[in-house]
Amino acid sequence: MFVALRDLRFARGRFILIGSVVLLITLLVGFLGGLTQGLANANISALTPFHADRVVLAQPGMGKTLSFIDSQLSEESATAWSAAPGVTAVEPLGITISKVTAAHDREATVSLFGVEKTFTSISPEQTVPTQDGTLVLSKRAQAALHANPGDPVTVFGHEFTVAAVSGSAEFSHTGVIWMSLTDWRDIVAQQTVKAAPFATALAVQADSSGDFTALDARANTTSSPLLLSLMAIESFKSEIGSLGMMLGLLLGISALVIGAFFTVWTIQRSGDIAVLKALGASTASLVRDALGQALVVLVIGVGLGIGITAATGAMLPAAVPFVVSPVTTILPAVAMVGLGLIGAAFALRSVIKTDPLTALNGQNN
Amino acid sequence: MIRLDDITLTFPDGDGFVTAIDHANLAVERGTITAITGPSGSGKSSLLAVASALIAPDSGRVLIDDVDASTLSRTQTATLRRERIGIVFQQSNLLPSLTALEQLEVMGHLGSSNATKRSAQELRARATDLLVSVGLEGQAGKRPSALSGGQRQRVNIARALMNDPSILIVDEPTSALDQERGAAIIDLILEMTLARNTATILVTHDRSHLTRMDAVFTMVDGTLTPAAVEVAAMIAAQ
Repeated sequence: MFVALRDLRFARGRFILIGSVVLLITLLVGFLGGLTQGLANANISALTPFHADRVVLAQPGMGKTLSFIDSQLSEESATAWSAAPGVTAVEPLGITISKVTAAHDREATVSLFGVEKTFTSISPEQTVPTQDGTLVLSKRAQAALHANPGDPVTVFGHEFTVAAVSGSAEFSHTGVIWMSLTDWRDIVAQQTVKAAPFATALAVQADSSGDFTALDARANTTSSPLLLSLMAIESFKSEIGSLGMMLGLLLGISALVIGAFFTVWTIQRSGDIAVLKALGASTASLVRDALGQALVVLVIGVGLGIGITAATGAMLPAAVPFVVSPVTTILPAVAMVGLGLIGAAFALRSVIKTDPLTALNGQNN
Repeated sequence: MIRLDDITLTFPDGDGFVTAIDHANLAVERGTITAITGPSGSGKSSLLAVASALIAPDSGRVLIDDVDASTLSRTQTATLRRERIGIVFQQSNLLPSLTALEQLEVMGHLGSSNATKRSAQELRARATDLLVSVGLEGQAGKRPSALSGGQRQRVNIARALMNDPSILIVDEPTSALDQERGAAIIDLILEMTLARNTATILVTHDRSHLTRMDAVFTMVDGTLTPAAVEVAAMIAAQ
């Protein structure tokens, strides 16, 4: 690192330029990552705390994709899963998106989650209704409706009483209202003017001994691990797809920019590298120097970029779907540094190939 | 000491080969300086490249302190150059980002990170001493762009001596200097050869100093021939 650090000092203008590019790309990656996580939370935070080995949805009809909103499970499907070998617990879950009204005609679109009063597939901190006719509001639903425990809330003509406000569950960009499964079925039956499905999904606890493919075929269902099942939330799938692609492209661009800079820089220094080799520098020490130099630029650029992202994210209003967490800061920072080093590693070819003989001018005289 | 035994080196040239060094023999003891002179294109720099283990000969042996450099791997020759050979380039070839002092200190940072290194303070002290010994007291903090041609050559010489080499390879050190400064550089090389006890090979076009050398060789078309002292004097007088 002896020469690398002095090169940084000597050519500080060039390194400030590339460091600024790294910083700006990191800002973009950081903001996009925070936004992606924020939007993802607004889609899936109701489901991610579930203790379920598999989530079971109804098999989609011809030409349709797997969807929480379209899934309608029959009681027979649930019974088939309950009776299957390797399955230790099955809990039905009803999900529907609906408009609800509170006092002063405050309206909000929310996700109604119908669960049994003994529902255990959720974390213990999350309260669920213990009586029919009562609701538990998530913080977002409470904020939208300005309803507090004891207040009435009307859902599709039925009046319910708010029993509690608990958790910050969101589903498909709406706040969640928890209700009993019986109430949920009543509401859905009224909405669809036909018999309500038994449930939207099943939260299943099972060991790995079960043949879930055969079971799915028998029960006319599609089951998958919890994280994979989230792709059945359409808004989540489309958002995560496009934002993930942008993040991937930005990381790729970052690696290319760093690689291009250090390739040009190394070619410019090839005379110095030849001299150092002629003086006895080992290729390993020159490689360490080159990668160390790139690492310094990356760590400073990425560190500043992530720092600014985190500071800005912390100041954003709560309504902005932006998350500052290790996943949106440390992870992209490590990815940026790692990919940047891979980019810089492409420049090593010049370091390795430079012939020390070129340091002796006119060797054929 | 350095001994070149029956060295032959060829380069591809179109469909055939051109012989740059033709069965050359040379031995230089420590504390002595051997000059090689000859016309351009005669193979002098090729001989220096072989002697500095920068290129392996097609045949023959390059013995540096009894180590045959022609049989070593690329990594081993780099280590040999770092530890036993000092090279003074024709152009000073100083790194633009380093000060005069750092040009010397860098010599302690060229090897493996696991290798035993002199401490930074030791390196600095040695580099400072060397700069003083080549007449560059007070110039330690200057980068190459702030030094004169003669001063750059002095840094070049001091750098070559930084790792206590047993062999000093000097390639036309006065070619870019005026006569007065060139003479001062030759004086310095002679002084350093004795003071640092190096086996020095000096390639030069400048014939005015040949009589001060311990031995003189001429190279013509790849053939290295020893010149008797009288001949050397005659060459010098021309």
